[in-house]
Amino acid sequence: MPPGRRPSKPENRPSRGGAAGPSSPGGRRPYFRRRKVCKFCEEKIDSIDYKEAKLLGQFISERGKILPRRLTGTCSSHQHLLAVAIKRARNIALLPFATAV
Amino acid sequence: MHRYEVMFIIRPDLPEEEIEKLVSQMEGYVAAAGGKIEKTEKMGRRKLAYRISRQRDGFYVLLILEGVPGTVVELERRLRVTDTVLKFITIRTDEEQKRGAKLAQIREKKAARRKAGPAHSPAPAAEASQQA
Repeated sequence: MPPGRRPSKPENRPSRGGAAGPSSPGGRRPYFRRRKVCKFCEEKIDSIDYKEAKLLGQFISERGKILPRRLTGTCSSHQHLLAVAIKRARNIALLPFATAV
Repeated sequence: MHRYEVMFIIRPDLPEEEIEKLVSQMEGYVAAAGGKIEKTEKMGRRKLAYRISRQRDGFYVLLILEGVPGTVVELERRLRVTDTVLKFITIRTDEEQKRGAKLAQIREKKAARRKAGPAHSPAPAAEASQQA
C-alpha cells in the first residue's frame, strides 16, 4: 500500500501536457500556454522562399534540425512549404545540414 | 516555357573580372539553348553554412530565366564542368507563382465579400428611415 504522499514515480513519467511545451517538467509552476499562431498565416505569406535564410533560420534548432510544428505553431500547409524551403536552402549552403555543438 | 531560378556559388578566390566573365558566359549559354534571362543578381560574397571543397566562403549568383527544360539541362551541364563553380541549384518557379496568385485572388475575393457584407445591411435600413 502506498502512503498518502505519492512516491517519486511521476517524476519520470511524462505528463499529458508535456507534449505541449518544452518547459513543463512535472508542472511545478503554473504554466501559461499562449496560443501559437502560424507566423506565415498571420503575415499572409503564400510561398516561402529558400533564399531568405534569416527567416528560415528562425525555424531550425541550434543543431540545424527543422523545428516541429508543436514548438513553432506553424500550420500544416506552411510547415510543409517551410520544410521544402529549408531543404533547398541547405542544398545551396545557406543553412547548415548539421552543426557541431 | 517555364520559369527557373538557378543559383550557383563561385569560388571566392576568383578575381572579380573572372567572376564577371563567368557569369556573362553562363548567360550566353542560356541564350544559346533557347532561354531568356530575366534577371541576373550577384548576391555577393557570403559565408557558406558548411565547407564545400575546402572553401568557407562563396560568391553567390542568382539567374532568373525562362526557357524549355533543355535550357536548364544545358546550363547545368556547363555549371557541372566548370571547376570554379562550387555548387548550384535549379528551381522551377512558375507553378509556385501560379499558386500564389490564385491564393491572393481568393483572399481578395474574401476581403471584398467581408467588406460588402456589413456595408449592405445598414444601407437599406438608412434609406428606409429617410423615406418614412
